[in-house]
Amino acid sequence: MAAEISYSKPVADWETRAFWEGCGRHELVLQRCRDCQTVQFRPRAICAKCLSSEIEHFVASGRGSVYTFTITHQNNVPAFRDACPYVLAYVELEEGPQLMTHVVGCDPQDVKIGMPVRVEFVDLERDPARDAARGIDAGTAIPRFRPA
Amino acid sequence: MTLSRDLSGKIALAGVYEHPTRWAPDKTESQIMAECARGALDDCGLSLDDVDGLFSAGMAMGPMGVVSLAEYLDLKPNYIDGTNIGGSSFVAHVNHAAAAIHAGLCEVGLILYGSTAASNALAIGTGMGGAARDAAGSFVSPYGMTTVGSYALVAQRHMHEYGTTSEQLAEIAVTMRRHASLNPHAKMRKPITIDDVLESRVISDPLHLLDCCIISDGGGALVVTSAERARDLAKPAVLIQGCGEAVCHREIGSPDLLTIAARQSADNAFAMSGMSRDDIDLCTVYDSFTITALVTLENLGFCKPGEGGAFVEGGRIGLGGALPVNPDGGGLSSNHPGMRGIFLVIEAVRQLRAECAGRQVEGAQVACVHGTGGTLGVAHSGATLILSKA
Repeated sequence: MAAEISYSKPVADWETRAFWEGCGRHELVLQRCRDCQTVQFRPRAICAKCLSSEIEHFVASGRGSVYTFTITHQNNVPAFRDACPYVLAYVELEEGPQLMTHVVGCDPQDVKIGMPVRVEFVDLERDPARDAARGIDAGTAIPRFRPA
Repeated sequence: MTLSRDLSGKIALAGVYEHPTRWAPDKTESQIMAECARGALDDCGLSLDDVDGLFSAGMAMGPMGVVSLAEYLDLKPNYIDGTNIGGSSFVAHVNHAAAAIHAGLCEVGLILYGSTAASNALAIGTGMGGAARDAAGSFVSPYGMTTVGSYALVAQRHMHEYGTTSEQLAEIAVTMRRHASLNPHAKMRKPITIDDVLESRVISDPLHLLDCCIISDGGGALVVTSAERARDLAKPAVLIQGCGEAVCHREIGSPDLLTIAARQSADNAFAMSGMSRDDIDLCTVYDSFTITALVTLENLGFCKPGEGGAFVEGGRIGLGGALPVNPDGGGLSSNHPGMRGIFLVIEAVRQLRAECAGRQVEGAQVACVHGTGGTLGVAHSGATLILSKA
């Protein structure tokens, strides 16, 4: 039986803090360019399509489907050694972008491409000094997905 | 913009050398590179005094590694290139050397690679993830994406879209091992069967152990110069007819995981060469995993997307088949110290010179070389060469 993954804290900078603070509120925050309407992930300070700085953030539905996945049986780093097997996946969100993530909440053998999934958040321990050093003022969480 | 075809046929690979070692705990990486330099310069009858362009990259090399390497070799080049775009770097270095020589910025380029990944016990494929080092990495590292895992994402999608099977992927592994059994320096030479591949343990579904490349120590060197200069040197020249490089990544929108950098770099290289896919007698392609070779052959245009599974069946990619791939045994069975692009060029050159007794592609005139850099499934690079016998 795979051990529960102990997720590491992300490093946030000016471009990405809105995403990670959103995760702390259990919201999946995406970006849309006000000028060309492109929805982008990963978050950037500018629109990668038209280079506009007019980026607005919105809360995504949290729904998507599995675009591809793999059941990883071997990962030698301490953080993951005991977590195997785990499901690494790309989930394609309703809003368009794909993100790399985990799929949990079912037998790994039951995961299928196209399977509808919804986001959940794994809260990370708060450590104000360390969070501040990593550019995050609020607590944060790691997004992952489970069958919808 | 249509890219220039100006340098086509004007630049040559004059000297090549693959270090015979696959396990070198008693050597440093610089030492391996120097030994390879000696080998490639001896191969073409030049000396270090003739070299005025230096190109190198390595996993343990820092950003200024090529400067430190110049010191190690007591070289003062007029042209320096430490481009590191992953395992394809050395194929790209050939492009860059060709452009520099064609522009008259140097005359003789030396491209070097050396690695002790195996004796350093680097878990290149299966030990990644956890604490993020930077903001960009924070979208990947929490999830423990191993190298094998990211390629498995590609394989899974390919199987879903096209019905590609594990047996078809295994054909590639079996073929590479058969070729390696003919290569006295290859690391793994004992023939394997499809069943052996399918019964080997699953590292990251659907990739089995035998779908994955070996890890070895090793190194190589290339000497690039003008076709004119190469004509006077010790070995028959191999001409660069076309070259191209590309980056492919998780672009905005819904990225297609199965289109890889090879599509763009190959289109550029073939256009420069004026040749068609039918002109190619053999391919050397990056085979970090079986799936790497399969999607590369599709993206290089030797078959349509989705036809890769059928393409690698029936002996087509084996010696004696219609399009032999990696006659040396590739990264899957011969040599993979972490970045194997240089060996792709070396094997192609030696095949075109008809120097590969025992694993020779009979009558080889034109080769297609393709290196992948980084990891498929995330941002990666590609570099392609079309080489011909002079």
